[in-house]
Amino acid sequence: MWLILTALAAVAATIVWYVKSPGDKYKLGILSLMLWGATIMWVVDHIMAFASEGGEFFELGTDATMLGVAVIVLALVVWTLTLVITDPKGVLKKIFNK
Amino acid sequence: MACFLVPAGEAVVTTVVQKVIEHQGKKGGEAKAAEMKLKWSKRLGWLNIMLWGGSLLLALEHIWHGEIIASPPFLTAMKDATETSIMLHEIATVGVAMAVTITVIWGIMVLVAELKSRTAKVKVQPVRGGA
Repeated sequence: MWLILTALAAVAATIVWYVKSPGDKYKLGILSLMLWGATIMWVVDHIMAFASEGGEFFELGTDATMLGVAVIVLALVVWTLTLVITDPKGVLKKIFNK
Repeated sequence: MACFLVPAGEAVVTTVVQKVIEHQGKKGGEAKAAEMKLKWSKRLGWLNIMLWGGSLLLALEHIWHGEIIASPPFLTAMKDATETSIMLHEIATVGVAMAVTITVIWGIMVLVAELKSRTAKVKVQPVRGGA
């Protein structure tokens, strides 16, 4: 389930990034690439596990869903930290210079 | 078990390479060469974000499943020799496959970007000659 949720978040982030293009003021490219990186890695992991061990391709259940939510939250936290540190709109600079 | 260590290791290498290229580009020199280096530094940045981001999120999954712990040896598979052997096999197969797949996809992204930028340059070039 975390693979599906991460993939959905990656698609959503990419769509928003594309709509806001060509400028990437809010660094949505970082969020999008980060989520795609994890999605690709999990796709490879799931395919290889399914090929060698069989069983269910997607783990469905509360625990797997909660993991998916936690993954998205962590990605959003990293993206927020990037925004705060780089301060592309200069908001923090204005606050501290007051 | 610890498959994300391979993409994370690759991320370390590509980040160093990107920083070196970026430094050389900013140092100046011939304008075209400097521009080319900055372009490649940006493109390597895409790979870095995918590798670091993916590794970080996979590390969370491993913590969630109890495969990474806060105390030594940090990886639960390293407590037992049989488990360690399985972990190393997984790193060599799944980990390498993950790193290769990400790199191949990045290669396709770079190829598409390069083709697009070449097409754009051709369109921008003014028509020579005429009346």
